[in-house]
Amino acid sequence: MAKIKGAVVVDREKCKGCEVCVVTCPTETLALATEVNSKGYHYSYAANPETCIGCSNCAVVCPDGVITVYKVKVG
Amino acid sequence: MADITFNDIIKPENLTYKKSKLMTDNVMHYCPGCGHGTAHNVLAEVLEEEGLQERTVGITPVGCSVLMYNYIDVDFQEAAHGRAPALATAVKRLMPDKFVFTYQGDGDLAAIGTAETIHTCNRGENILMLFINNGIYGMTGGQMAPTTLPGMKSSTSPYGRDVSMMGSPIKMADIVAMLPGTCYVTRQSVNTAAGVRKLKKALKKAVQYQNENRGTCFIEVVSNCPSGWKMTPVESNKWMEENMFPFYPLGDIKVPAE
Repeated sequence: MAKIKGAVVVDREKCKGCEVCVVTCPTETLALATEVNSKGYHYSYAANPETCIGCSNCAVVCPDGVITVYKVKVG
Repeated sequence: MADITFNDIIKPENLTYKKSKLMTDNVMHYCPGCGHGTAHNVLAEVLEEEGLQERTVGITPVGCSVLMYNYIDVDFQEAAHGRAPALATAVKRLMPDKFVFTYQGDGDLAAIGTAETIHTCNRGENILMLFINNGIYGMTGGQMAPTTLPGMKSSTSPYGRDVSMMGSPIKMADIVAMLPGTCYVTRQSVNTAAGVRKLKKALKKAVQYQNENRGTCFIEVVSNCPSGWKMTPVESNKWMEENMFPFYPLGDIKVPAE
């Protein structure tokens, strides 16, 4: 069976740290950073990038459209 | 399998989801976690996928989404408070080949513009009305709106909405569904990925019905207002699921016969 591997890219400067993507992610890939961006928001980032399955749920619910999702079939 | 790296995945051919090209690069002024942004994204995606950019006219309301024309790259016209359906009527009648939609909040559509809303739906104008219902006047500081739930606290009902004094909340979608002019009436949400995808399907149906001149399409989106409700975005979504959804049940209210 082919395995899917995904990757998320978050535009850190535009992220407002609302945490909606973190709650939506089924594999706990995303988390809020302890650092802040230039506006003072704890931006979202891929804390566990190896678990991403590229389902794009995070990007779909992101109110600011800052998440881009890539996905590739391996094996 | 383990040798595939992050940079191997991030290639244009592997792109799965990117925000719509119709969304501009301006940073939205909405509060973190606001449902308006998600609704904008879905709307832009649908307009892009249906190839409607050149022939869409949107009517922006008064409220938080008043600056919507900065974020979606289609033609817009600004209406006075509550008068978006009246303006949309004029635009659609003068330019019947355009795709016309209004985007309104609950203070705009359910309070100040009730007459316009009901009569536009009653006449069955061929427009799409997108109604964002967050149960509060978000922009002006969280005052009580007609859609505020019984017992819900707002800045003008600090002890909760008292139904004996202030009346019951209005279910606008159910009201317009009773009118013969409406073609498609549905209530959706944008707090989960599944909800967003359902809203996208509903918007595509609305585009199809407007192309077929079937009548008014009315889509209510139950949304959150983290700042007005004084909660974090995640808490507000949870509160919305527990309190708003039982009163405003999601799903299709009126679907046209095929």
